[in-house]
Amino acid sequence: MSDKKAPLLEMKNVSKSFFANNVLQDINFKLEEGEVLGLVGENGAGKSTLMKILFGMTVIKETGGYGGSVLINGEKVQFDSPFDALKAGIGMVHQEFSLIPGFTATENILLNREPEKVSVVSKVFGSRLNTLDRKKMDEEASESIDKLGVMIDKNMVVNQMPVGHKQFTEIARELSKKQLKILILDEPTAVLTEKEADALLESIRGMSKRGIAVIFITHRLHEILDVCNKVLVMRDGVIVKETAASETNVDQITKWMVGRDNTASAKVGAGRARLSEQESEVIMSIKRLWVDMPGETVRDVSLDVFNGEILGIGGLAGQGKLGIPNGIMGLYESGGSVKFDGKDIPLNHPRKCLDSQIAFVSEDRRGVGLLLDETLEWNIAFPAMQIHNKFLKNYLGGLIKWRDDKAIQEITNKYIDSLQIKCSLGSKQLARELSGGNQQKVCLAKAFALEPRFLFVSEPTRGIDVGAKALVLDALKKFNRESGVTVVMISSELEELRFICDRIAIVSGGKISGILPADRPSEEFGKLMISNVR
Amino acid sequence: MSELTKSSGNPIVDKIRAFARSFGLPRLIIAGFLLLLFIMAPFVGANFFTQLSNTLNRFSWNAVLVLSMVPMIHSGCGLNFGLPLGIIAGLLGGTMAIEVGATGFASFWVAVLFATPFALVLGGLYGFLLNKIKGGEMMIATYVGFSSVSLMCMMWLLLPYHSPNMVWGYAGKGLRTTISLEGYYNGALANFLQINIGHLSIPVGTLLFFALLAFGIWAFLHTKTGTAMTAVGSNPNFARAAGINIDRTRLLSVILSTWLGAVGILVYEQGFGFIQLYMAPFNMALPAVSAILIGGATVNKATITNVIIGTFLFQGIVTMTPTVMNSMIHMDMSEVIRVIASNGMIIYALTRKSEVSR
Repeated sequence: MSDKKAPLLEMKNVSKSFFANNVLQDINFKLEEGEVLGLVGENGAGKSTLMKILFGMTVIKETGGYGGSVLINGEKVQFDSPFDALKAGIGMVHQEFSLIPGFTATENILLNREPEKVSVVSKVFGSRLNTLDRKKMDEEASESIDKLGVMIDKNMVVNQMPVGHKQFTEIARELSKKQLKILILDEPTAVLTEKEADALLESIRGMSKRGIAVIFITHRLHEILDVCNKVLVMRDGVIVKETAASETNVDQITKWMVGRDNTASAKVGAGRARLSEQESEVIMSIKRLWVDMPGETVRDVSLDVFNGEILGIGGLAGQGKLGIPNGIMGLYESGGSVKFDGKDIPLNHPRKCLDSQIAFVSEDRRGVGLLLDETLEWNIAFPAMQIHNKFLKNYLGGLIKWRDDKAIQEITNKYIDSLQIKCSLGSKQLARELSGGNQQKVCLAKAFALEPRFLFVSEPTRGIDVGAKALVLDALKKFNRESGVTVVMISSELEELRFICDRIAIVSGGKISGILPADRPSEEFGKLMISNVR
Repeated sequence: MSELTKSSGNPIVDKIRAFARSFGLPRLIIAGFLLLLFIMAPFVGANFFTQLSNTLNRFSWNAVLVLSMVPMIHSGCGLNFGLPLGIIAGLLGGTMAIEVGATGFASFWVAVLFATPFALVLGGLYGFLLNKIKGGEMMIATYVGFSSVSLMCMMWLLLPYHSPNMVWGYAGKGLRTTISLEGYYNGALANFLQINIGHLSIPVGTLLFFALLAFGIWAFLHTKTGTAMTAVGSNPNFARAAGINIDRTRLLSVILSTWLGAVGILVYEQGFGFIQLYMAPFNMALPAVSAILIGGATVNKATITNVIIGTFLFQGIVTMTPTVMNSMIHMDMSEVIRVIASNGMIIYALTRKSEVSR
């Protein structure tokens, strides 16, 4: 490319914050015609937000817009909606399919852009009554499928297609747009078989030859090296590395992704000494566990948890780490065997788990974790009341179990104090009215009130600010050290796991790819994370 | 409601706004309207105490039917549009009590006794159905109510009733559309401890009976099981994660609601003095639903106070409009007002549902 010509796409000093929380800072990069750019980074590194800005998703505008500027062909643009972006020649294939299930591939590919036939009726009543030119539609659809270079039946109805073909249909739809200049592919290979993925990579090369620039987001690093010209590594909202794909390798990229080198290792491993003493006693033994949790499928997990430790479970999103506690606690269908304290725990039976004093703090705070329309008192005391008959007064020889509102208020106030839950109305405040961090503390209090022997905590710091994060982690650590409760913490943030855990298991492709002590260097964990990605 | 939350700078206006917000605007408008009717009554020649007695009487007939909404609302099954099902159980109990020859005060309790097993079985089946269609309860409930009424239209003709007080005179079989309760449980509760001072008469017995049931529901909601029921309605996923069997809790609430509906219609009949069969249950659900909504309940939150206030306001308007309006404009507006108030309230409540996330 000549220096005079402005690049196809340029981002200058782009930044974005959600509610005073910086998620993107100072993003600068250029994209030339026909270039394939690989965008990699851990979950929450800011990749999706960046693409949302580029694609003009309305959520960006609703949350206060973004800083910096986006230039296309040297001209500054500002997309208020995806329609503007489409007009400017940007196409995006989302992780979730946006196809109409009952329509054929052709119909989906050309939806709302169908070639039309003018008839007498439409001449009289306007173009809305034009009929579809089926023949031309078929031609255009085949043309874009050919461009893609894969075999899909253009007359097949989408809901009968295998998942890979749906993905191809989406891409074909973008390719059929004549003005397409930039195509964003957000983890397109996540649902594809290896063969299909290869076909897709081949078609990306084809697109690039025809001058279409591609932004390719994936967790499968070798694909990036295979097909991209340039790699952009993001971490914590900034671009940490921009390099030519030919000059790097998977190990290097992994290191950049998880980053922070070894600065954090001083903090980790506080429980080291304790661990060795108790290593012999296994409190929970998971054998060949599978869990059918949509988006977090667990395929075959075997894992031993030692009494009194804090075990971290990490891994990339969608690899199955969240499925493990949800499956064991009976919230999603699961199979395999789980032994707790020498006894078998029946799966698919939430009550049996709770009865054996296993508690769970769900990652879905607002959906599963809280009664949003009830008071803090109810939220904190409810499970303990229902499971262990606490906070109840018995009348008529236990026939009537009366709620003891006074005891409930006491225990709630106790946790409001000890966890520093900020609530202006005290224990009678509705859970909905608290901030995310305080809601998370309520979820912890709920689990603590159960006085469990074993605690699953899933994504305890997701979506809460830094101060609350530290408090939540401290509370967990304290609970583990002082009450001797075994804690299994699931988190997508490796550094956080390394900060409080004794050992960390990494889940990849629905399996445990390895268990390491928390003080090992980050890149070892990084390697494990992508080892079985599928 | 957004203009209500703004501050105006004037402390009195702010206070009124705050009150309107906490009491609920529709409730305030209807209460104001009812107050206006009471004030106007003497001027158009109606005796105030007669009107008050009428309102109290109608309140006492209907309160239990409105109360029957509460358990299902708490468990997240929504408003019980399937109330006719409970009413049918009550009607079966009532007619069977007459058939076996129970008379007077005792016949009311016999009727409750006979109605109970029907309410349990019908409520059980109804609850089983509602557990299959979580999220669409109110729609299905409406049609369960409608279709069960139609089915019973046939059954009332076919069931082998023989009591000459109930069957058609010329055929000797099949129940009449309206059956007088004279000699049976007419006034069974209302006449108990009734207070009569001049034009004012208060059906203490019926009010006591309602108070007893209302206390029972209030107490139930304070027990472990009742707490679980509220939690299931508030967030079923939370309840499930706390080891609650959601389907069983919902089933229990539906059975409870159906049984209260059955008892409710018997209370209604003993005040009204007649059993109304065939299409009559068809029109019972909407007034009860709108009464509890006027009382301030939402699709998934309701208290006993909502029941009492709502029944009083709704029945007050239904009683007062004919007397006051008719003498003022010499036209029968009461039915129109009743339909506007009841259906308007239901629309209002259902559109507000989105504000309460489930």
